[in-house]
Amino acid sequence: MKSFKYLAMTTMLGSAIFLAACGGEEDEAANGTDGDATDAETSENEESASDTSGEEGELEGQVQGDGSSTVAPIMEAIVEEYAAAQPGVQVSSGVSGTGGGFEKFIAGETAFSNASRPIKEEEASALEEAGIEYTEVELGFDGLSVVVSQENDWVDHLTVEELKAMWVEDGEEKTWADIREGWPEEPIEYYSPGTDSGTYDYWNEVILEEDDIVRSATLSEDDNVLVQGVLGSPNAIGYFGYAYYLENQDTLKVVPIDNGEGPVEPTNETIESGEYAPLSRPLFTYVSNSSISENPAAADFITFAIENAGDLAEAVGYVRAPQELYDEDMETIESLK
Amino acid sequence: MNYIDHESVANKTNSRLLKNKVLKAIFLAATMFGLIVLAILLYRIVTQGSEYLSLEFFTSFASRIPENSGIKAAILGSIYLMLLVAPISMFLGVGTAVYLEEYAKKNKFTDFIRINISNLAGVPSVVFGLLGLTIFARFFGLGISLMAAALTMSLLILPIIIVASQEAVRSVPKELRDASYAMGATKWQTILRIVLPAAIPGILTGSILALSRAIGETAPLVVLGIPTILMFTPDSIMSTFTALPMQIFDWTKRPQVAFHDVAAAGIIVLMTLLIIMNSIAVFIRNKYQKRY
Repeated sequence: MKSFKYLAMTTMLGSAIFLAACGGEEDEAANGTDGDATDAETSENEESASDTSGEEGELEGQVQGDGSSTVAPIMEAIVEEYAAAQPGVQVSSGVSGTGGGFEKFIAGETAFSNASRPIKEEEASALEEAGIEYTEVELGFDGLSVVVSQENDWVDHLTVEELKAMWVEDGEEKTWADIREGWPEEPIEYYSPGTDSGTYDYWNEVILEEDDIVRSATLSEDDNVLVQGVLGSPNAIGYFGYAYYLENQDTLKVVPIDNGEGPVEPTNETIESGEYAPLSRPLFTYVSNSSISENPAAADFITFAIENAGDLAEAVGYVRAPQELYDEDMETIESLK
Repeated sequence: MNYIDHESVANKTNSRLLKNKVLKAIFLAATMFGLIVLAILLYRIVTQGSEYLSLEFFTSFASRIPENSGIKAAILGSIYLMLLVAPISMFLGVGTAVYLEEYAKKNKFTDFIRINISNLAGVPSVVFGLLGLTIFARFFGLGISLMAAALTMSLLILPIIIVASQEAVRSVPKELRDASYAMGATKWQTILRIVLPAAIPGILTGSILALSRAIGETAPLVVLGIPTILMFTPDSIMSTFTALPMQIFDWTKRPQVAFHDVAAAGIIVLMTLLIIMNSIAVFIRNKYQKRY
């Protein structure tokens, strides 16, 4: 009996001390974050942040969001910088995917919903039914990159028609020779993001045009799996966000896409200008209008996001949107406040 | 007369000894397979993640710059989650076990409950996530909060705790109970002063093992929609949070290889936590378990 009481006491005391230690950590770390933010790389954002929030003073409140995992790196960077500027506001964002994010947005559980494709009609009508008005905010641009293995020495470019012929299910096993004459008669191996992702939806719309994707395609929610798959075989082809190509450009070969005006390779310039068509796509966050007008913290956070999205998108491997778009979004948000 | 044909025995012995050796080698290989895979895994994780392990890793939030990334929100979230899950699941689990072992009559209804508790242990964790989302987060309006996640996780590990506690309560000898009754004690007095103290080591061992399962579980949290991007620590049981497995999961999906190494550092922390919890369970079992 005594030994049990002793054990119970030790456990309780131990956890109490541990918790106290964790509590102490907090202040220390808060200072640490401030210190880090003054790094050369982030100082510019820091300045613009203090411009907006300085005069309004400290805000408090909660802002919850969810959505695309493609947009997540940009959103993380924004939330990180915002936490340094407004430590009193608790912003959180999940990564349930574009579709999953909209489900919560429609249920009224989130104030903003990140999306790697424009909102679908059925989602828009569901929002209307729920009485939720929203504003579309551009955060940056992404270029869906079509890649093959570096051992693949025959593909120099692909036209949009060839891409469609390649990726649409027509009941037959396709070889590279079926796509263009002179290419080897080896079966094509396909790697595609999963059907819940906005990336797949976008591909489905512009390349597949709502036809079924080839049945032999390997679908994965983890883009690193796609990278590994394409790396593994000279006959493989895959597509994913620009950031994943940039990280692996030493080992992968990107395919220039011809949309009728000659082959274009995805680069920061061609993606921003829209020359890399039709695979250059905007990345959004959808904001509920009521949270902007009712929650000052949400309004301040979204303003901060629009101001800094361009720089932060580039910092995490995406491309900034044209400045006009940011300016337009800012006007709309200001009018809602 | 020669009862034993030594020659034929010698002939057969060799082949038998050989068979013995071969089988020993096969079983040794079977044992080593798991250990070798574990060793390779540990080696890879430690070499990948060790450079990111530092004090700052524990005191800073996640960041877009891998070098500045930390697990402050994640580890505190996981710890707070466990601090909630432990009392909830142990109260419900031990209560159920005591009812089933001490109070419940042996009838079909009790058998039905027992079978279903065993079945519950086999339900995939994703299903518990869906249950938590529908009931706790939406129906009870708890939202994506520590409390909703704690209740979901408690449900998930409840069967393990119930079965372990039942075993522990059952292993308390009948003589002890009889002695207590003979002194005029009521059923409740007997349970509180005789049965539970004797069963506590077994209950604690099972509970800690169950908790260490809950701390590493990701699927229910993914289904609940626990955020991974947040730069604050929870300040009440209704505030949102993130947990260590969620943060690791998020990092492994990033394009930058450096983030995979940060994830490895997170895995080291999570594994250390698990090993500590399991060691405590083993320690309690060895030190406090009495044999009657």
